[in-house]
Amino acid sequence: MAKGEQVEIKALGQTRIVPVQRKAVSAPSLWRRLLRSKSAIIGLVIILGITFVAVFAAQIAPYDPIKQSFIRQLRPPSASFPLGTDEFGRDILSRIIHGARWALLAGILADSIALVLGVTIGLIGGYYGGRVDALVVWFTDVMLAFPYLLLAMIVVAIFGPGIRNAMIAIGIVYMPQYARLVRGTVLSLKEKEFVEAARAIGASSFRIMFRHILPNCVAPIIVMATLAVGWAIVQTAGLSFLGLGAQHPMPEWGAMLAGGRNYMLSAWWIATFPGLAIVVTVIGFNLLGDGLRDVLDPYLRGR
Amino acid sequence: MIPVLLGVSIFVFVGMHVVPGDVATLLLGDKATPESLARLQHELGLDQPIYVQYYRFISKAIRGDFGISLRTRQPAWREVWWALPMTIELSICAIIVAILIGIPVGVLAALRQYSLFDSLSMVAVLIGVSMPIFWTGLILLMLFGGRLHWLPIGGILDEGIILQRITGIHLIDALVVGDTKAFNSALRHLVLPSIALGSIPMATIARMTRSAMLEVLRQDYVRTARSKGLAERIVIIRHALRNALIPVVTVIGLQLGLLLSGAVLTETVFALPGLGRLAITSLLARDYAVVQAVVIVSALMIVVINLAVDLLYAYLDPRIHYT
Repeated sequence: MAKGEQVEIKALGQTRIVPVQRKAVSAPSLWRRLLRSKSAIIGLVIILGITFVAVFAAQIAPYDPIKQSFIRQLRPPSASFPLGTDEFGRDILSRIIHGARWALLAGILADSIALVLGVTIGLIGGYYGGRVDALVVWFTDVMLAFPYLLLAMIVVAIFGPGIRNAMIAIGIVYMPQYARLVRGTVLSLKEKEFVEAARAIGASSFRIMFRHILPNCVAPIIVMATLAVGWAIVQTAGLSFLGLGAQHPMPEWGAMLAGGRNYMLSAWWIATFPGLAIVVTVIGFNLLGDGLRDVLDPYLRGR
Repeated sequence: MIPVLLGVSIFVFVGMHVVPGDVATLLLGDKATPESLARLQHELGLDQPIYVQYYRFISKAIRGDFGISLRTRQPAWREVWWALPMTIELSICAIIVAILIGIPVGVLAALRQYSLFDSLSMVAVLIGVSMPIFWTGLILLMLFGGRLHWLPIGGILDEGIILQRITGIHLIDALVVGDTKAFNSALRHLVLPSIALGSIPMATIARMTRSAMLEVLRQDYVRTARSKGLAERIVIIRHALRNALIPVVTVIGLQLGLLLSGAVLTETVFALPGLGRLAITSLLARDYAVVQAVVIVSALMIVVINLAVDLLYAYLDPRIHYT
């Protein structure tokens, strides 16, 4: 009898029962299915375009994004300055091109912070249950009871204003979303046979959490991570707009908007184009995120 | 609910203590000497351990005493009390705009799935959720305020109009006093900020309504209602929409909670003296007492909104019971 148990468990260990979700993530068919979605392709193209612009900003931008010129202040869009110049005579187009770097960095960095912290907390809470879980739930509930922007502003006030701290703040503020998502998934997974099997062959809690449970949460995490990049870009720009993020003369989209606000009645182009850049970038991530959700999670389609 | 609010108070209290800059130093300004600083710190209880300070803070806060504002030397609760109605007024107007546009758009898009209207409205929804509201606000201001001169550029009342403060909600105060001029002025000032703040909820509500309607229209009871010979209007409104509204109500509730964050940006763009504006000015001035009061009052509102959504959910869906 003991032998039979062993064999069975060994067999389980070798074949590693993998629920459907995991197959969907790892299979190359994911790409094929994703590329069948028109919106996902548009999203991908936008993101690749912005990434290209960000990487080659120095080569593409026609002018220096920071150097001021007092002879060409507040010029409306023209052939030599396609998007006009700002109050310091800087070319808006060049500043937007360089701003793509900050936007992508903000989106990815803030999202990564939220993902790493949130997923870890959610895994621990869901896996251990009991008091640990109660603490995790309380912690996320408390964070979600704050208006998120206020929480981000307080975090920035603690670490000091600046683009880097703004990114960290937005990451912290988004963390509970991942924690909730992962905790919920873990709760439904941890009673499954493959977890029991892993435990029976003597896998450590750490190994079970990160090797067996986490891979099965990957699908919803990917969707959330993609959508959160766009969100983080907007929110970091919002902190910069309030003066808590990027500081003068950094070419950051939110800070450019704040500068353009003072000239909105005389020079509309200063505040219009950086905002448009944010919208296009965020649309890219939202389209890709929606496409991924349709492919990975048919139940959520259309939501 | 209580543990969450206690948690919020701990978070914000500790946060405000970690923020660089000491209250006593700020109060004394340039006149500070080491002796006077130590004396003031002792008077304010700042030399006590942090848990003692927190205990003092929370036992007063429960009674509504959040301390004195460093900036205005007024009680912090009074600062919040003055700013809160503006934010409530703005948020309610924003959510009304969002519902009035979002739900009909969602219903129509679902009824004509794959039509031109459906595609266009879903593109609009995508753009709507992707626009930063501070930019939406600026564009609206530039277009309707600056270019077309249809609506005022910021503020809450035209110059020269004085409105007695009763509730602090301008539209209601103007109605109570019977001042139509002030009512019109406040309404005109609220249009653009409400659209800006309402843009994201509007898009989210439209998307949710559409998907919920599509789901419901496939159900058997809708077919039954149709086959009974009921008018299409009744089938759509009484049978389909009522059931489709359940998830929509949840989304509206979630969006209401998020409006407070959006209000910070909207109030900044439109120069409205609300809670969001108060939060950022107090934070920049290191006016801790007011920041703490703003955060705790906002958290209280968010928690209450979430509770209300749960209750409304049970009302709309009789299958759900809370024991």
